Amino acid sequence: VSETTRFWLTEEELDPRAVERLVEDPGCGAVVIFVGNVRRDNEGRDVDYLEYEAYPGMAEAKMAEIGEEIRQRWALDRVAIVHRLGRCQVGEASIVIAVASPHRKAAFEACHYAIDRVKEIVPIWKREVWKDGAVWIGMHA
Amino acid sequence: VRVSVRLFAAFRERAGASSIEVDVGPSATVADVVAAVAERAPALRDVIAAARPVVNREFAAPGQPVAAGDELALLPPVSGG
Repeated sequence: VSETTRFWLTEEELDPRAVERLVEDPGCGAVVIFVGNVRRDNEGRDVDYLEYEAYPGMAEAKMAEIGEEIRQRWALDRVAIVHRLGRCQVGEASIVIAVASPHRKAAFEACHYAIDRVKEIVPIWKREVWKDGAVWIGMHA
Repeated sequence: VRVSVRLFAAFRERAGASSIEVDVGPSATVADVVAAVAERAPALRDVIAAARPVVNREFAAPGQPVAAGDELALLPPVSGG
């Protein structure tokens, strides 16, 4: 499976099982999947929906870079990351990360690392929309 | 040198444009471009300190030189996931 098929953006609903299939391997006894869902409330606000925007090209490249960091740190190359763009309703997944490894410890660690790194280096932004307003998250922190 | 700087999300909305063209000197750095954008787009002035400059899709240091033809962008703090 090539890099471009393991790290991508989509406006379609996410299917965690499809992402898992990309990393499964007979040599891997563990698959850890992180699914980030849109939460109903954020800091006391009633979320109607979220809207995601990315820097296309750079976002996929940075997700692939995280895959490379994981390869170097845990010697794992079975990593897939997909991020949703556009409008995302409460309860829907905005991101799915799947990591497979021979044993569970490395898969848990690498998956945790991957979501933390996504929040640091991948150029994607979320706009939180309520019934009576909206805000780009990160601008007023 | 005239360069085009891409804007996304909150910056795009504030500036009312998905890119801004600015003129900088022939030996300009990333910091020069950021200053020129702040000059050109007053709506970005109070948030530009939080911007992460990008050159050719890589995060760039303020002192990095900028050349004609580079793909430049100023990113607001990221909030994916």
